[in-house]
Amino acid sequence: MPREKIDLEQDIEYLSILNEKGEIDEDLEPDMKDDLLLDLHRAMLFGRRFDERMLNLQRGGKMGTFAPIKGQEAAQLGAVACLEDKDWLVPSFRETAAEIWRGKRPKNILLAYAGFSEGGVIPKGINNLPAAIPVGTQTLHAAGIGYGIKFKGKKQVVMTFFGDGATSEGDFHEALNFAGVFNTPTIFVCQNNHWAISINRSRQSKSKTLAQKAIAYGIPGIQVDGNDVLAVYAAAKEAVERARNGEGPTFIECVTYRMSVHTTADDPKRYRSDEEVEKWEKRDPISRFQKYLKRKDLLSDEEIKEIESEIKDEIKKIVKGWEKKKKELEGRVEMFEGTFAELPAYLVEQKEEFESELPEKPEKPEDAKKQEAAEEDEEEAAEEAGEEGDDEDEKAEAEEEPEADEESEE
Amino acid sequence: MAKLTMVQAINLALHQEMEKDEDVVVLGEDVGIDGGVFRVTDGLIDKFGEERVMDTPLAESGITGFSIGMAIYGLKPVCEMQFSGFGYMAMHQLEAHAARMRARSGGRFHVPMVIRMPYGGGVKALEHHSESREAYWAHTPGLKMVIPSTPRNARALLVSAIRDPDPVVFYEPKSSYRAFREEVPEGEETIPIGQSEIVREGEDLTLISYGAMMRPTLEAAEILEEEDGVQCEVIDLMTISPIDDSKFTESAKKTGRVVLVHEAPRSFGPGAEIIARLVEKSFLYLEAPIRRVTGYDVVIPLFQREFDYLPSAERIMRAARETLDF
Ligand SMILES: Cc1ncc(C[n+]2csc(CCOP(=O)(O)OP(=O)(O)O)c2C)c(N)n1
Ligand SMILES: [Mg+2]
Repeated sequence: MPREKIDLEQDIEYLSILNEKGEIDEDLEPDMKDDLLLDLHRAMLFGRRFDERMLNLQRGGKMGTFAPIKGQEAAQLGAVACLEDKDWLVPSFRETAAEIWRGKRPKNILLAYAGFSEGGVIPKGINNLPAAIPVGTQTLHAAGIGYGIKFKGKKQVVMTFFGDGATSEGDFHEALNFAGVFNTPTIFVCQNNHWAISINRSRQSKSKTLAQKAIAYGIPGIQVDGNDVLAVYAAAKEAVERARNGEGPTFIECVTYRMSVHTTADDPKRYRSDEEVEKWEKRDPISRFQKYLKRKDLLSDEEIKEIESEIKDEIKKIVKGWEKKKKELEGRVEMFEGTFAELPAYLVEQKEEFESELPEKPEKPEDAKKQEAAEEDEEEAAEEAGEEGDDEDEKAEAEEEPEADEESEE
Repeated sequence: MAKLTMVQAINLALHQEMEKDEDVVVLGEDVGIDGGVFRVTDGLIDKFGEERVMDTPLAESGITGFSIGMAIYGLKPVCEMQFSGFGYMAMHQLEAHAARMRARSGGRFHVPMVIRMPYGGGVKALEHHSESREAYWAHTPGLKMVIPSTPRNARALLVSAIRDPDPVVFYEPKSSYRAFREEVPEGEETIPIGQSEIVREGEDLTLISYGAMMRPTLEAAEILEEEDGVQCEVIDLMTISPIDDSKFTESAKKTGRVVLVHEAPRSFGPGAEIIARLVEKSFLYLEAPIRRVTGYDVVIPLFQREFDYLPSAERIMRAARETLDF
């Protein structure tokens, strides 16, 4: 009668490639094109600045509650950078930068957080699900989409994001389990930012890592330095390749830190110390990456300044476009359409009742409408050009197509 | 035409839809090799294989959320909750995601899935196996809620539900699963979702019901004709949501008297919605207060006493006579 150790054939690794000083472990350095490194840098910086702008729009009363990403730029962008356009993204509510990388328009993000459901519209050709607010629930959709991909024999993969708190939810476990059992091409990316509102990571689970939960579901799991964009990229790349080759799901735990508030309705001083935040500021993913890029002679302080100023202008334009769009949308309510493919009779009645109670609005003559639409097209084309660097023609083109779809749907 | 039980009729619908459309997949607990605990999915796995008939892990939220992902991707999952009493595990996925995806994504994504659940009392089952909670689902904008009453309409409604572009909760009256047979045509037959049916015409009293309660309702109508010479008009809702109020509001205008029947608890039950619409649309024609014959607002008793809880033909007749005498 034996009592012996069971060999689980699986260990949990921790991966870090680029340290806080910008030094690199050359053996582990991923093979990435210079353009990609610079695009990632720009996207991280844009994510940070856009976040800051949103925060002050919110503080100024112009926007509702949202979840800032500050400190988590590497964890999300390093991962989505491994996806192709045809792949799927299933985000939680804290992946603004990842969504933008995947083609979501910043203006729409502002619109949504300003309370206009129009901002949630996902254009054709972009395979991003809308941000999921109920914690952890979206992970199951990524498992199911993965099954769909497999079923249809497509070479796509699906990547889903969630937090450390989400790993306590049943849906997360059900998702890992389903993905494992059905061997779906799903990449589970946990942004362990140490906090779920006021609850520390240590209160979510007694296990030493979150990554080790993968072992229980028989799928590969890895813990990475989530503030090291190279490590996140390297781990995600492996996972994406495995998924694309039919080798099933992976769980990646990115150890990172939420440097800002949980949401704009939160006061972190109630539950965490300034020292803790300061400690993590030293591990900032952006400054670390900049050191690396400078060392590689891909970036100079001068160029960083230039990029900063371009981003500033870009955000200014986006906010201006948003203000204009908001005005246009005010007083226009389309809440009935999305309920079903076809409205049942009583909903048509409710819609008519609602519309009959709306204050009369003078109908604009057709010509004026056409003129406005033309102006809008021009402006958005300009905005789009501004959003993309000159060397990004390919990506800009890819984004232009859904853009056109979106407009025609309106 | 073959005479089929409801189990066989639903099974026929699944076979035929899976044959017709490769995107239809069936998943749930024990739906594959075992053919489902009620044998509703019997034989599917032999014909369509494991890839399309999936025995899943034991997790209702998992089954539902996974199906939502499949549906968004373009498949047409028909998933099973083994009993509606365990469907509450799936409520969150249905309310927060399936029912809203079309609206939230501005029409970019939709969720063409069916969630089948056996529901209702009358089969001497264990605790949590006898409830009738259709109001939960019907109260959710963006979800459709369908309850067949006979083998033939179960088959035709399920085909429509599978083809529907939006999520449909499909409650199957398990007390009617094998209680009787009905001719079910081999060839295709559908009944539009969102359409009720007058199953018996009459001038004196309108009886409204659906699902398992159609049987005591029809029985009451027959006895009332024989014993009292009363002609009841009987309406089978079939779809609870989106509800079709056209037939019962017209019928009430004709008869002026209405009794409605469901086994769900009375308060905030589907009957409350039906009455609201009668008041809105047929008020001036009503000759008597509307009566509800329903389950009581209590936990359904264990099976020794479940028939005290469930509406019966006697209770329906009593309410009908009082309404007629008013
Ligand atoms: C199912 C559910 N329960 C509670 C909430 C309220 N809530 C929103 S975010 C959050 C904490 C989430 O923590 P984590 O998963 O670590 O993600 P993070 O916010 O850190 O990105 C809570 C409790 C919710 N949105 N959904
Ligand atoms: Mg967290």
